[in-house]
Amino acid sequence: MAAAAALQLEADKAKRKSHSVLHAIKPYLCIAPAIVILAVFWVYPIFNMGYLSLFKWDLISPTMKFVGLQNFQKLFADPQFWQTLANTLIYTVFVVGLGVGGGLLIALFLKKRTKTNGFLQAVIFSPYVVSLASIALLWMWIMNRDFGLLNGVLGFFGISAVDWLGDTHVTLASLILISVWKSIGYDALILVSALQGIPQHLYEAARLDRAGAWATFRSITFPMISPTMFFLVIVDVIASLKVFETIQIMTQGGPQNATNTLVFSLYQYGFAFNKVGYAAAIGMVLLVLIAVFSVVYFKVLSKRVHYK
Amino acid sequence: MVFDNAQANAKVALDFEGIARRRAALAWVSRIGRWAVNILLVLVFFFPFFWMVSSSLKTLGETMQFPPTLLPSEPQWSNYDGAISSIPFGKYLLNSVIVTLAVLALQTVTVVPAAYAFSQYRFRGRGLLFGVTLVTMMVPAQLVFLPLFVLFAKMQMINTYWSLILPFATSAFNIFMLRQTFNQMPVELIEAARLDGASEFKIIVRLFLPMAKATLVTCALLTFISTWNDYFWPLVLTTNDAVRTLPVGVASMRASESGINYHLLMAANVLLCLPIMVVYLFANKHIIKAFSYIGDK
Repeated sequence: MAAAAALQLEADKAKRKSHSVLHAIKPYLCIAPAIVILAVFWVYPIFNMGYLSLFKWDLISPTMKFVGLQNFQKLFADPQFWQTLANTLIYTVFVVGLGVGGGLLIALFLKKRTKTNGFLQAVIFSPYVVSLASIALLWMWIMNRDFGLLNGVLGFFGISAVDWLGDTHVTLASLILISVWKSIGYDALILVSALQGIPQHLYEAARLDRAGAWATFRSITFPMISPTMFFLVIVDVIASLKVFETIQIMTQGGPQNATNTLVFSLYQYGFAFNKVGYAAAIGMVLLVLIAVFSVVYFKVLSKRVHYK
Repeated sequence: MVFDNAQANAKVALDFEGIARRRAALAWVSRIGRWAVNILLVLVFFFPFFWMVSSSLKTLGETMQFPPTLLPSEPQWSNYDGAISSIPFGKYLLNSVIVTLAVLALQTVTVVPAAYAFSQYRFRGRGLLFGVTLVTMMVPAQLVFLPLFVLFAKMQMINTYWSLILPFATSAFNIFMLRQTFNQMPVELIEAARLDGASEFKIIVRLFLPMAKATLVTCALLTFISTWNDYFWPLVLTTNDAVRTLPVGVASMRASESGINYHLLMAANVLLCLPIMVVYLFANKHIIKAFSYIGDK
């Protein structure tokens, strides 16, 4: 009898123990699929790229030759790399400046909640949801030197044709223009909701003080939306640093390297020229740039979530 | 004195009328100005899409007229047949559908449990693991494609669906969004359900998922749009046409030797944009809200 009771007790204990083990590992089982995928496909490659950047390798041969920091030495001595970096930064500065600045103007124009403004917001935002590959193909046609719409319109006003995608002085500006056209709706919409969030009583107080339109903007509107603008600047910078589609589809980095960017040269060296180590070194430069802005992004994001 | 007063009154009335008239005129001018800007905005942002459709219905000869004509003299619907038969359109379309559906299905399986665990359980390493999840949100595909190509090549998975699906089988961003929503779940409700003897699975399905419906739709829409639109990943992770998706297929039409047939290219481009445009037409309010969500936070 006692033995049976003791046995029963043992069995209960074992059952409870296995239950509590299950309980303890359940959280890990839940997150395991996601964490494994993120670790294998989004964390490991970053370290692997650092590793690859120390080797000379053509992607095909079975052996890799260790060369230390030679890839970086070569990279920093290559004027083409500096041009690529400069192109990327110029592109980023203009896309972000024009996008956020122009987005603010559009947002101020469309901030009132009316049916017309809602429709216009949807129209301006529409390029943002369409594939960048589609946009690149469409603008390649619109910017065609001989038969394109843009030169057709210019011709109507008596302006001579521009070689939008062939002239070394114009092509980078053309790509900037397309990117701003695609993403300005996003900037504008985020700013519209920031503007609509400003408490009305601030404006009423300004009116009682007989503040002019400019003074009101400078001392109420701008300070109230500046955190949103800063957030947009960082998001747009990160998006601009990784530009690829328009370049690969429209210009292939040309003419004469005028539109080559970090990501596109990383792609070229990796797949077209088969210099994997050198490409990985370019990737490390890109990593540093993105990491810097990501840190700022998280600082801003945590503050904003905190305020909410 | 009386006379003076009346005169002054008349003058004030006259001044007032003048001001009112000037104000009305100003209102008219600003209204016309507003409409001019409205029309300009529609032209700048919508006209390129109109141009895409118009060009897709022109003959090859018409696309090479300069200055270009606004509309085709006779819409060439056969261009769409031409576009579809000039590339293996059906295969690209099928690949796009397979990849998009697989990504959506796998994300459901990986994102929901992870978001639930990060929101509801306390366990060792939670902060660290959630931090890692957030950091991967900032890693763009354009940064890691080269080492991943090497990895997939080692696993003999280049030119298979796996290389296009696996890296996107979960989403740090969606885990983050869904965890935020799950965090808002009132504790009393969960406890009440537990007292009623509901199993944890039942609590998730009956309580958490219905409450997070808006977030789930948002995540699904954003994932659908970004997967369908993606050109970069299916281009760089493939070396042949076997699993390439529609954006890569359509863009490959520009590489024809006889010069680009823009009327056919635009027809294919219209077909590529069509699903997104249709979804946008019906759900633009929801999509705009979804995209601006993270910006609002």
